Amino acid sequence: MNDEIKEKLLKKSRATRSEFRGRIISFVCTAIIVTVVVSIFYFVASKGLATFFSNKVNLWDFLSKTIWNPGSTDSHGSPQAGALPMIVGSFAVTILSAVIATPFAIATAVFMTEISPNKGYKILQPVTELLVGIPSVVYGFIGLSVVVPFVRHTFGGTGFGILAGTFVLFVMILPTVTSMSVDALRAVPRYYREASLALGATRWQTIYKVVLRSSAPGLATAVVFGMSRAFGEALAVQMVIGNAALLPHNLVSPASTLTSVLTMGMGNTVMGSAANNALWSLALLLLLMSLVFNLVINKIAKRGKF
Amino acid sequence: MKKRIFILLGLVFLGLPLTACQANSTDGQSITAVGSSALQPLVEAVGEDYTEANSGNFINVQGGGTGTGLSQIQEGAVDIGNSDLYAEQKKGIDAKKLTDHKVAVVGITPVINKSLKINNLTTKQLIGIFTGEITNWQQIGGPNVPVVVINRAQGSGTRVTFERWALENRTVLQTQEQDSTGMVRQIVASTPGAISYMAFAYVDNSIKTISIDGVQPTNKNVQSDKWKIWSYEHMYTKGEPTGLTKTFINHMLSDDVQNNIVSKLGYIPINQMEVTRHLNDELQVSK
Repeated sequence: MNDEIKEKLLKKSRATRSEFRGRIISFVCTAIIVTVVVSIFYFVASKGLATFFSNKVNLWDFLSKTIWNPGSTDSHGSPQAGALPMIVGSFAVTILSAVIATPFAIATAVFMTEISPNKGYKILQPVTELLVGIPSVVYGFIGLSVVVPFVRHTFGGTGFGILAGTFVLFVMILPTVTSMSVDALRAVPRYYREASLALGATRWQTIYKVVLRSSAPGLATAVVFGMSRAFGEALAVQMVIGNAALLPHNLVSPASTLTSVLTMGMGNTVMGSAANNALWSLALLLLLMSLVFNLVINKIAKRGKF
Repeated sequence: MKKRIFILLGLVFLGLPLTACQANSTDGQSITAVGSSALQPLVEAVGEDYTEANSGNFINVQGGGTGTGLSQIQEGAVDIGNSDLYAEQKKGIDAKKLTDHKVAVVGITPVINKSLKINNLTTKQLIGIFTGEITNWQQIGGPNVPVVVINRAQGSGTRVTFERWALENRTVLQTQEQDSTGMVRQIVASTPGAISYMAFAYVDNSIKTISIDGVQPTNKNVQSDKWKIWSYEHMYTKGEPTGLTKTFINHMLSDDVQNNIVSKLGYIPINQMEVTRHLNDELQVSK
């Protein structure tokens, strides 16, 4: 009798064993994910840094020169890998589309949460969700057959360029920014609004002076999130921007982004060659930028706790 | 008990791909061909034709571009690397390890937007357009419309061939680039004043081809080398081909395939060429 109890107490119970197993499984899964992330970073970095170490491209030249022709070499014998046109193109479409999308997104979010929380929300919520679900190639195709001719007729040029890219990205990031803004506005505690109304403020005054101000960090997060999506979008932009590795001199001249040059060039270069390494450097730049966007989002989110 | 079922399911899930692979290889053989998107439709069609006749043998065909095809075959990751270019022409490829199989010829023609009333250009005019000296169609007797040059991506086989044979290897203007012929066709069709180039097989009536120095872009002119802008389509193997790879390439080169599928898809059969062009651009009359 005594021994039996003793044995039971000393042996691991079923619950302990199953907890142990559970811990092993979740640990293995986490380890796999961490390994994947680390190896992606390692892979992109080792390929991307090869441009600077084995192909002897000057880092400053890479960031500031404007001639992108990594397959051939300049007078010093290093590949002509000047990525400035792509960097400018990527930032231009990202910032412009965010600037245009922000007022629309916030206005929609205000309408959905403050002005017509029942009817408006019920209609607009599925609409934004639907917009998120449309594949980017469809946006690109619409951009190519509607936006590009529109830009050509209205603003001149060939229609391909930063402006067309901005319009397409505007529609693509609008739902993301909208739904995140809605979350930000909803997180504003109810008593903020009640206090404001009780003081005699009108609805507009409440929205403008209380709700929007107190949810500003959340709205900023939404915009940065939209920007990071715009920055990383490849296919739709590639279809409408014209893909010319030139510094854009206006909004309707063909330009290119980091992503569009990457997707176009990968299939036409040979692994390990200077032209291929230069593309990996662009990929590394993209990876670093998305890291920056994440850091910014984290920083803002910390400030925005209620 | 529930957890045990989960673990079992997990094991089954993990094991599935392994068993699937085994099932495939015991059923019959399969080979993979990767590379040039210009050659892809032909290899796909011939592959399907081959599978129909020899059930159980599969030819997997993937695009990815000439660069991908050559680097994958160099690494031995695939069985056949499709290329628009000689392997020697591509930087970073050791051509000595690869065996070349020329399976077809493609002619490449300049194409323009339909609204332009231009039927012929001289080589000099063409070079002027692509190097940026001619910026308005008025300068060469066309309407007052700015020239919009659309290039293929750097390193694309079509572009390399066009620059070599139509533009005498001049440095071309940095301009719009597209990575697929389908996109080029759509953009040329919808942009006034647009000019680009593409393989004969992709030309349809939404765009217009032009003659160069009075020579029309036809298969016949390619066969006699009167039309200079053409290239071989290569299927590269690592070393000499063996097994299914060998039979498939032989099938590709058989008269039946060459005379039917190849010409039906707009390519020019190898055996109809009246000339042979060597790597060093030397011509040899073969008929």
